[in-house]
Amino acid sequence: MNVSFILLAIITVVGTAAAMGMRNAVHCVLALTVGLAGVAALYLQLGAQFVGFTQIMVYVGAVAILAVFAIMMTHSPEPAKPPTFSSFWTVGSVVAASVFAVLAWAIHSSSLAAHTLPPQPEVTVQQIGDALMHRFVLPLELMGLLLTAALIGAVVIAMNHREEIK
Amino acid sequence: MNLKLDQLDQIFVILNNWLLGYLPPVVRPLCSSILAIALILVTFALLFAITTVLERKGLGRIQNRFGPNRVGPCGFLQPIADGIKSLTKEDIVPNPADHVVHFLAPVLLVAAAFMAYAVLPIGRNMILVDMNAGVLYFFAIGSLMELAVFMAGWSSRSKYSLLGAMRAIAQMISYEVPLVLASIVVIMQSGSLSTVSIVNMQATYTGIWPHWFVFTPWGFAGFALFMIAATAESNRSPFDLPEGESEIIAGYYTEYSGFKFALFFLGEYIGMFATSAMAITLFLGGWSAPFSFLTWIPSYFWFFAKLLTIILTFIWVRGTLPRLRMDQLMNLAWEFMLPMTLLNLLTAGVWHFMPAGALRWLICGAMVVVPCILLSRGLKQRKKFQVRKYRFSE
Repeated sequence: MNVSFILLAIITVVGTAAAMGMRNAVHCVLALTVGLAGVAALYLQLGAQFVGFTQIMVYVGAVAILAVFAIMMTHSPEPAKPPTFSSFWTVGSVVAASVFAVLAWAIHSSSLAAHTLPPQPEVTVQQIGDALMHRFVLPLELMGLLLTAALIGAVVIAMNHREEIK
Repeated sequence: MNLKLDQLDQIFVILNNWLLGYLPPVVRPLCSSILAIALILVTFALLFAITTVLERKGLGRIQNRFGPNRVGPCGFLQPIADGIKSLTKEDIVPNPADHVVHFLAPVLLVAAAFMAYAVLPIGRNMILVDMNAGVLYFFAIGSLMELAVFMAGWSSRSKYSLLGAMRAIAQMISYEVPLVLASIVVIMQSGSLSTVSIVNMQATYTGIWPHWFVFTPWGFAGFALFMIAATAESNRSPFDLPEGESEIIAGYYTEYSGFKFALFFLGEYIGMFATSAMAITLFLGGWSAPFSFLTWIPSYFWFFAKLLTIILTFIWVRGTLPRLRMDQLMNLAWEFMLPMTLLNLLTAGVWHFMPAGALRWLICGAMVVVPCILLSRGLKQRKKFQVRKYRFSE
C-alpha cells in the first residue's frame, strides 16, 4: 500500500460514491467517469497497460459518451430536483452493511486470505498479443467476425433507413 | 565530422543528461520528466502561435486579401497581441451555467491534448515514455477530448452550445472508427503497438528510398483515410460543422470568453498537431529522412518539417473546400470510409502473405483503387439530384 495506490483508491471510491449521490444525471455520469478512470489508473499502477488503456477507451471513451448522449437527448437541463432519498433508506443501508459484513467475514476466514500470493508476473502487451494470436486465435477470430458483422449490419440498416425518410 | 553531426542530432538528449548530472540521483527521474514535459509544452504552444499567423496569412492569400500585417514585421507578432487581448478580457460565465463543469471543460480539453504527446517520438531517442501500448494510449487519450467537448456544450446551458456539442460528439465518434481502423494496418504490418519500434521499422532504406509505410498501396490508402478522419476528428474545415460560424456561432464554446476561449483554440490545434504527428509516426516514417543521403540532417528537423507540411496542407484544404452538410458528413464516414478501411485491412493481409514483386503491387493496388472507384460511383448513382426540400424553412 503506497501513496499512489491510496490516492487512486480515494479517487475511485469518491467518484463512484458521487455517482450515486448526485442529483443531476449528467453530474452522476461525469462522477462515474472519474471513478472508471481511477480504476484504469489502478490497472496501470499494477503494470497492466493493455487492460488499463482499454478500460479508458471503452468506459471513458464509449460508455460514458453513450450515457451522456442518451441523457442529452431525453432530459431537459432543468434545475436540480428535491432529494431523491427513498423513505426506507435506513433499512436499505442496514441490509447493505450486513451483506458487506458477511462477505468480508467469509473472505477473511477462507483459505484464500491465508494464501500468500505468487510473485507478480510481468505481462507485456507483446505476450497478450502472442496469446491471442496462438492459443486463443479461434475465439479471437470469432469475436472479430461477430463485431465486423455487427458493424456492417449497422451501416446497412442506416443506408436503407435513409431512403425511407426521403 | 560524422561524430559532430551525430552530436547535433542528439543535442537535446546530451543536454538533458548533462543538466541531470548536477542533480542527486534520487530526484533525477522526476526532474528528467519535468524537463521533457516543459520542453514539449513550450515547443508545441509556440508552434500553435506560429500556426495561427500562418493560417490567417495563408487564408488571406487564398481569399485575395492581406491577413494580419500590423503587429511586428509582416504581422508575425500577431499571436502576442492576441494573447494579451484574450488574457485581459473579462471572463464571462453565463448565470444559469453549471460553473464547475463550465470551468473544467477547457482544462480537460487542453490537458488531454497535451497528454497525447507522451508517446510521440519527436526525434531519435526523443520520446517521453516508450510504452509497449503507445498507439493504444494515444487513442485512449483522444477519447477524453470528446468528453471535454460534451462538458463544454452541456454546461453552458445554451442551445447553440448544446447543438454544437451534439454535432461534435456525433462526428468525433463516427470518425474515430475509420481513424483507428486505418491505423490498424500499420500495427498489423509492424507487429507492435510501440511508436518507437514502428518508426524504427520505417527508418531503413533500399538504395536511397526509405521504407515508409505510405509507399505501399495499403499504406497510401491508410494514410489518406487517416488524414480525412483526422481532419474530422479535429473539427477542421471541411468538417467544421460543430463550430460552423454561419450556423451555430462557435458551437460548443459559444458561451466562453477571454482566455478560456483561447484555451479551446489551443486545445483544438494541439490535438490537430498530435493527430498529424501520429500520422507521421505511423505512415511517414516519423523522424527518418526521406532519402538515405539526407540522414545527416538532425532527426527532429525532419519531424517538424513533416509536421509543418501537413499543417500547411490543412490550411490549404480549409481555404479551398466548402463545408459539408450533416448528412453528407455521416454518409462519408459510414458508407465510404468504413468499407474502405475494412477492405484496406484485407489488402494489408494479402500484401503480407504474397511474395515481394510486381505482382504483389499490381494485386494490392487494384484491391485499393477498384473498390474506391466502384464505391464512389455507386454512392453517386444512388443520389437523385433534385431541388432539396427543407422541412422547417418554408
